[in-house]
Amino acid sequence: MLQNNRLTEAEYKVNFSDIHPPYTNVNAALVDANRCLFCYDAPCTKSCPTSIDVPKFIKQITTANIKGSAHTIFSSNILGAGCSKVCPVEKLCEGSCVYNLLDEAPIPIAKLQRYSTERAIEQKWKLFTRKPSTGKKVAIVGAGPAGLSCAFNLSKEGVDVTIYEKESKAGGLMTYGIAAYKVTPEFCEDEVNYILSIGGIEIKYNTALGKDITIAELQSQYDAVYLAFGVGLARQLSVPGENLAGVVDAISFIYELRSKGFSSVPVGDKVAVIGLGMTAIDAATQAKRLGAKEVTIVYRRTQDEMPCTQVELDIAMLDGCKLSWLAAPKEVLGSDGKATHLVCTKMKLGEPDASGRRSPIETDETFTLEVDMVIKAAGQMPFEALVKDNNLNNKSGKVSVEGKSVTSINGVYAGGDCVNGGREVVDAVQAGKDGAASILNFIATNTTNEH
Amino acid sequence: MANISSNFLGIKSPNPFWLASAPPTDKKINVLRAFEAGWGGVVWKTLGSQVKNVSSRYSAVDYGGSRVMGFNNIELISDRPLAINLKEITECVKLFPDRAMIVSLMADNNRESWHELIKKCEDAGAMGFELNFGCPHGMTERGMGAAVGQDPEIARMVVEWVMEKATIPVITKLTPNVHSVVPTGKAVVEAGTNALSLINTIQSVTGIDLDTLVPNPYVAGKSVFGGYCGPAVKPIALKFLTTISQNETTSKVPVSGIGGVSTWKDAVEFMLLGASTVQVCTAAMKHGFRIVEDMCEGLNNWMDEKGYAKIEDFIGKSVDKITHWEDLDINYHITAKINQDKCIHCGLCYIACEDTSHQAINLDYGNPYNNYTIKEDDCVGCNLCKLVCPVDQCITMEEHRVAPEYINWKQWQAQGLPLNDH
Ligand SMILES: Cc1cc2nc3c(=O)[nH]c(=O)nc-3n(C[C@H](O)[C@H](O)[C@H](O)COP(=O)(O)OP(=O)(O)OC[C@H]3O[C@@H](n4cnc5c(N)ncnc54)[C@H](O)[C@@H]3O)c2cc1C
Ligand SMILES: Cc1cc2nc3c(=O)[nH]c(=O)nc-3n(C[C@H](O)[C@H](O)[C@H](O)COP(=O)(O)O)c2cc1C
Ligand code: SF4
Ligand code: SF4
Ligand code: SF4
Repeated sequence: MLQNNRLTEAEYKVNFSDIHPPYTNVNAALVDANRCLFCYDAPCTKSCPTSIDVPKFIKQITTANIKGSAHTIFSSNILGAGCSKVCPVEKLCEGSCVYNLLDEAPIPIAKLQRYSTERAIEQKWKLFTRKPSTGKKVAIVGAGPAGLSCAFNLSKEGVDVTIYEKESKAGGLMTYGIAAYKVTPEFCEDEVNYILSIGGIEIKYNTALGKDITIAELQSQYDAVYLAFGVGLARQLSVPGENLAGVVDAISFIYELRSKGFSSVPVGDKVAVIGLGMTAIDAATQAKRLGAKEVTIVYRRTQDEMPCTQVELDIAMLDGCKLSWLAAPKEVLGSDGKATHLVCTKMKLGEPDASGRRSPIETDETFTLEVDMVIKAAGQMPFEALVKDNNLNNKSGKVSVEGKSVTSINGVYAGGDCVNGGREVVDAVQAGKDGAASILNFIATNTTNEH
Repeated sequence: MANISSNFLGIKSPNPFWLASAPPTDKKINVLRAFEAGWGGVVWKTLGSQVKNVSSRYSAVDYGGSRVMGFNNIELISDRPLAINLKEITECVKLFPDRAMIVSLMADNNRESWHELIKKCEDAGAMGFELNFGCPHGMTERGMGAAVGQDPEIARMVVEWVMEKATIPVITKLTPNVHSVVPTGKAVVEAGTNALSLINTIQSVTGIDLDTLVPNPYVAGKSVFGGYCGPAVKPIALKFLTTISQNETTSKVPVSGIGGVSTWKDAVEFMLLGASTVQVCTAAMKHGFRIVEDMCEGLNNWMDEKGYAKIEDFIGKSVDKITHWEDLDINYHITAKINQDKCIHCGLCYIACEDTSHQAINLDYGNPYNNYTIKEDDCVGCNLCKLVCPVDQCITMEEHRVAPEYINWKQWQAQGLPLNDH
């Protein structure tokens, strides 16, 4: 039965507390910071999509130059504080720390990054000064990581930025999508305010492209436009019974969890989660943490092909989630309009596909799980209609770009999830930087200024 | 099991590890704890004229997250009444007759004061004396401590007074606050001292508080130069020790080595350069007396491994290995070699050589790991890369002699061989 308010306030608090707690004292941070070797052309930096100068910011912690450390981080990644909490570092910076090659624990780069950036945000350090306004104006669609990163990097150079955001808060999936035990709403708000404190950025909330404004309108009012509207809901299962009550979309489920109180979000007793990406893990673990009795993750392939990292999988396993490997949803059965069973097809592995992973092939066998909730989390769908209506070149709804951010419409740029189909926050931040660089170049060379 | 016991001028101790004259040896309670922990002997905190200490006396240099790499103090000699010190010395000797009990002295600058102090200490049971000619602060202003050690003639005179009276072995402790310890060392040996010890502390400013702008240690808004010691001073102590061990006059007497000894390895190094015993202060002040356990065990194991039955078998063995620069073999040539299986691609060797040495390391960019290899023809064999590499035995220096025969600088010049080839 779907039911909310399964736990006490105290239980919710424990279940959704910070999964990677920060250093509680300077000495602890120094022990780790002093272990860093200060590598040259450091592998950790090269494995950071935003190229944060990791050895430099860590060294600055050891010299008690925390302001310098935060400045180093934010210069490359203005969402460096958020990234320190949400990045899958095991496959990024920490995954390539040279200590791994000594079979030693890598430097806890994210934790150190959090140490410096959290202080900057808490104490509202003013680390950047905006150049005097150039009179150039840029419109950005979407106040998620890509949009905010682009806005900051433009404003720093004296461009006046207006962001159009369909929700009532900024941050994008940082605010509405990422697991609650990684970031809190308060943190997201503080981070956004810190970014905006550079000045020159206005956000128009509750304003959606395609509904309230069009690209053409924006183009007529601004020197350039940056699209950073992300991607939408989870992919359809396209199986019978998908419309039964209890079959929900992971993005909406997490959106509720992040925007309302934990106690108001209903979960089932027996939950099946479809998919094994970051979203699936987050949906499964959070369903469990909301009080679901049994959570089973259903995945088409095996552990060797899984898209999430081992660290993520371990979180789900430690939360007591079960895994059903080589299984694909075939049909949702129900009674009285409510889901009761999930019928799955057993799969086997075939030849490697384009991504190099062995693709799953259906067998004749099926099995049935008793469920009262099914969470769809097998990838997100791009805003295909929006993209097509605006005549943007695209690949099944993902905005096509040339180079790093140039769309098919002159003066319109794009980046983040709406281009890559859904990756990590840190990729979106880099996309925002790339977009800002392209736009600055465009408005500098595009001398006709009719506004 | 090797025999690590020591016999220093007839003063026996179960091991060559003594505590230097300092707070660890300034009263019975400490000394008994030290003996219980296993220390071979102590040099009792310097006795002499009456003094008054200030509060806030120590400061330190931390490095790379390690505390007290260097230590400094502005303390004076013992500030406890002489009678109590003497009574406690007697009690300690009685309880631990097998341990060395040396008493450090710094009397007022006249014969009578020295004679009187010597008599009292001998009566108390001292087995030997150490003359403190080294303390660099507080006492010098009164013409004592380093003021004596820095002037060979004053030192000679004081040692002569002491030798008139003393019936037990006398060690003279030298100050490093001189350009060479040899002149004073020679003077006191000529005056009859039975042994030398070195070094005392080095005048220093350990650092400044960036909020108050007052250097450390802070004493009511001011500071003074303090005596520096601890691991940081070991290389300097070893150098001074070598000059004593290599001098014809000073090498005739046994030496007790002091300055930054923290482990059995440090101790062995002092002994290889001629010290018969070593003295420890800072390491004990940082970790307590328990460090002596590993010092004994480590020394024992090393001696067993190397086949030394007793400490005399290796004392002084490195003294003649330090020579003059112009006697070094110019045809000796080494080049660095990177063991690619061990390399963790940190790039530290590369940036060190590229920025500050001979641009002799090749970089092949990779993602995320670069590969580094030595350009043998450009490598001068300076050792820098090996020193900075964080992985043990990853960079080794391989010998590639320029020519088989030995040739030194003088011969090189005489033969008119080419210079400035790099
Ligand atoms: C459940 C889940 C968990 C995740 N966990 C992690 C994680 O732990 N770590 C990590 O690094 N990444 C994680 N991600 C991925 C990460 O959140 C995204 O890659 C990142 O947020 C993309 O940033 P973006 O700015 O491109 O898009 P978004 O964050 O999606 O931001 C797009 C913004 O545009 C707005 N918008 C959309 N349409 C319109 C419109 N028509 N008009 C105006 N505004 C519009 C949206 O409201 C939103 O504010 C997760 C994603 C999901 C779904
Ligand atoms: C706090 C302190 C007080 C000291 N007092 C004396 C002293 O009274 N007499 C003396 O000869 N040396 C004194 N010394 C010097 C030590 O005996 C020793 O020579 C010096 O500390 C070097 O050894 P280390 O590096 O093991 O500390 C003192 C050193 C310290 C740290
Ligand atoms: S790879 Fe590891 S050790 Fe090297 S700089 Fe990066 S964090 Fe430091
Ligand atoms: S030994 Fe010196 S010159 Fe040779 S590679 Fe190493 S750092 Fe360079
Ligand atoms: S310093 Fe050592 S580990 Fe680092 S790149 Fe050079 S050889 Fe490899």
